[in-house]
Amino acid sequence: MPRTFVGMPPFPVAAREALADPQLRRNLAHATSTIREKRARVVAEVEDWEDLRVQAAAVKDDTLAHLDTHLLALEAALTARGATVHWARDASEACRVVGDVAAGHGIDEVVKVKSMATAEIGLNEALAERGIAAVETDLAELIVQLGEDLPSHILVPAIHRNRAEIRDIFRRRMSAAGRAAPDDLTDQPAELANAARLHLREKFLSARMAVSGANFAVAETGTLVVVESEGNGRMCLTLPEVLVSVVGIEKVVPTFADLDLFLRLLPRSSTGERMNPYTSTWTGVTPGDGPQEVHVVLLDGGRTRALADSYARQALRCIRCSACLNVCPVYERVGGHAYASVYPGPIGAILNPLLHGVGSDPTTDSLPYASTLCGACGDVCPVAIDIPGILVHERTKVVDAHRADARPKAEALAMRAAAWGLADARRTGLAERAAALAGRLPLGRGMPGGRRGLTWLPFPGSRWTGARDLPTPPAESFRAWWARTGRDEGPGVAGGREDRR
Amino acid sequence: MRVAVMATCLGDAMFPDAPRATVRLLRRLGVDVEVPQAQTCCGQPMVNTGYLDEAVPLVRTTVQAFAGYDAVVVPSGSCAGSVRHQGRLVAERAGDDRLADAVADLAPRTYELSEFLVDVLGVTDVGASFPHRVTYHPTCHSLRMLRVGDRPWRLLSAVRGIDLVELPRAEECCGFGGTFAVKNADVSVAMGSDKARHVRETGAEVLVAGDASCLMHVGGLLSRQRAGVRTLHLAEVLAATADDPAGVA
Amino acid sequence: MSARDDVLAAVRAALRDGDRPAVLVDRAYRDRDPLPAGADVVDLFAERVADYRATVTRCAAGDLAATVAAVLDGAARVLVPDGLDLDVPGAVPDEHLSAADLDALDAVVTRAALGVAETGTVVLTHGPGQGRRAVTLVPDLHVCVVEAGQVVRGVVDAVAALDPARPQTWVSGPSATSDIELDRVEGVHGPRRLHVVIVDPAG
Repeated sequence: MPRTFVGMPPFPVAAREALADPQLRRNLAHATSTIREKRARVVAEVEDWEDLRVQAAAVKDDTLAHLDTHLLALEAALTARGATVHWARDASEACRVVGDVAAGHGIDEVVKVKSMATAEIGLNEALAERGIAAVETDLAELIVQLGEDLPSHILVPAIHRNRAEIRDIFRRRMSAAGRAAPDDLTDQPAELANAARLHLREKFLSARMAVSGANFAVAETGTLVVVESEGNGRMCLTLPEVLVSVVGIEKVVPTFADLDLFLRLLPRSSTGERMNPYTSTWTGVTPGDGPQEVHVVLLDGGRTRALADSYARQALRCIRCSACLNVCPVYERVGGHAYASVYPGPIGAILNPLLHGVGSDPTTDSLPYASTLCGACGDVCPVAIDIPGILVHERTKVVDAHRADARPKAEALAMRAAAWGLADARRTGLAERAAALAGRLPLGRGMPGGRRGLTWLPFPGSRWTGARDLPTPPAESFRAWWARTGRDEGPGVAGGREDRR
Repeated sequence: MRVAVMATCLGDAMFPDAPRATVRLLRRLGVDVEVPQAQTCCGQPMVNTGYLDEAVPLVRTTVQAFAGYDAVVVPSGSCAGSVRHQGRLVAERAGDDRLADAVADLAPRTYELSEFLVDVLGVTDVGASFPHRVTYHPTCHSLRMLRVGDRPWRLLSAVRGIDLVELPRAEECCGFGGTFAVKNADVSVAMGSDKARHVRETGAEVLVAGDASCLMHVGGLLSRQRAGVRTLHLAEVLAATADDPAGVA
Repeated sequence: MSARDDVLAAVRAALRDGDRPAVLVDRAYRDRDPLPAGADVVDLFAERVADYRATVTRCAAGDLAATVAAVLDGAARVLVPDGLDLDVPGAVPDEHLSAADLDALDAVVTRAALGVAETGTVVLTHGPGQGRRAVTLVPDLHVCVVEAGQVVRGVVDAVAALDPARPQTWVSGPSATSDIELDRVEGVHGPRRLHVVIVDPAG
């Protein structure tokens, strides 16, 4: 059975397990450093990159501010072009719509374009319950599906696997799903890609129905856009008779012309290319070309909950490029599984709490804290989402959701005590004097530079001293030094010192 | 010009050499510095952990302590960043318009040390002497919140006798992250260990940064590893002279 | 209430906090040249198409038929769409071929709607001379003829020139994947070989 994210532990626990896997660490370090360099190179080619980010953010913000209008326009345009539009409040409704379309045609196998929305709603599992097999056709998704694994990256869901692991998965699992991998398959990426080509070609040629998402949905024209690399998307969007696209309501852009921003920003941010190999657009049904029955499922799934947060709604600008994952030092070390969601990394750390709400699930509540707030994510975001700001905002919501708890957490008590002590300089000075006395105890051992360092503290201090020495408090605080000598110390201050205070 | 030094709570209580060196350095450059005794903490630890209510009294204390100065010099990128960018959130939370005004008034007067030296005093050669092999870690908030750019590097480059070597992957976070260091201690240590490894690769005797907090984290790891590398705040190196080589006393 | 009504109501409730002012978008980026100063648009197009491992051949208008024949290099089963306006000896027309029929072909020769120099992209809108979407997808070699005059400078110009009502396929190099260790490998499901023939204007 495929694994699921349901019931996974909070981030610190899952991260600790991930950190213990040296192979994973190596795979992630290699992959993220490769993509970071590629991105940096092609972004540097675009002189007005910063302006493009700002304008793309503005387009998205304007769209979100009038989302109802744009959704109605999209629905009307799609309908006029022969598509059937469905609306889904949540994941189960969206899955039901897709399942009903398949069942209505007696279809028991569908091919899938890589799609975050369908991963988010757990479509494959829902279809399986109705006896409908969903075949992932993106190479990385296929690796995850065959390995009964979980995705760990938005763009490259199998980023945690290296070539040797992928070869093993193909050799062991491909035959049960269709055409087997060649016996002499090596771990050369080109050979692995060819094995996937042969395995999936028979699926493409016989598929009657495809399921996709969309990177963009143009309200004015009803045009949907899928950006991809391998051609599996084109296969799915072109060959089957029936096409169902599950589209989050935030994917709307007002006009076709607006794509001139996003088609420049997305590929360079995502795969680090000037342009991805294939971008497909389609507008409802084109007689004689491609699927003749086209459905679009407009999915809420928590997006209106995020929209209701007037500050954090900017997270809905996200175009799923995954640049924030690739630069995140936390993501690089623990990978995507620790985030317990199809949306890992910095964007996942804000999007999951926004879509699902905070205060009830400890795993979701742990995500906004899965960051050092270093800001690298915000700098690379092609739609200029203030990810660090939203992380802090979501932390505040988590804390506020627990303010009425009958038994406050130790952390909350510590913060209250610290705030009390630091609210007044006299109290702070007294605490510092007490600490200085404690600092005179001959504890710990010498650190470079002459300070003494504690090598052990009881819990929760052990969370620090487990791997790090902690200097003992200095004999004299800065405050005490200033009071003692500071006002009179130092050359070059002969004038003006008298009237300082 | 009335100039105040914001020691920061960590500098005051745990790493007094950094604010002391800041005072010494500024005086050497002819700045008449003051240290308001009412100061405590900017509230950043509370804000960044989600405790906005708890930050309100600290932001109040901070704006009161530094009222009336033309410039407030902070030997910390993250504390300067908090004063400039986070006070507004706290004032909004308190629903206090006067506090919001006071915060808006303080923000543009607040400078991280290297900003004050380069932009306000217009110096990059501060007359320091520090004949040691040094590597520099640009801390995240100075880099990406304040955008101090290469100012600290330019200041260090002008120090007499310094052997300044580039730190590999310098711009990557060290893993401190405030309460992240204990809430996600394992990830924090993993990141810090990589940073410490890069520091050792440089062969430097001294790791310099503009934030005592990051130095406490990386320095704690280096000490545990018995790497023999000491940590110094940027202010301590810039305060050191041939006559006063300790720069840290 | 229907799901439609509920979702729309939730959107409106979520947006009730503001007066929903229009957010201004500054379109000055459309007036900036995306190409390096002094770059020749067709030269750069050729260079960037080749950057993504497509093969590029440039020829004079009069040499097109011979050039395409050479590019096809004896491919036995070649499809040409209606309206190609080019003689490809031995090629078969697209007469309601199934996907399996297309899979049995070696190559397809088409024209394009335009080329984009900024990104090394050819765009198909699947009208006359370009074929329906499947014919440029299933065969393993796609020979795409682009007139030099069809090459626009950037993505902005391309989007402005294209008709959204038509299905579009933007093609930048052959099929590729970076899914294994983020190393780029050319050749997965789409044509594993893309050959772009750029026709320079006569004289």
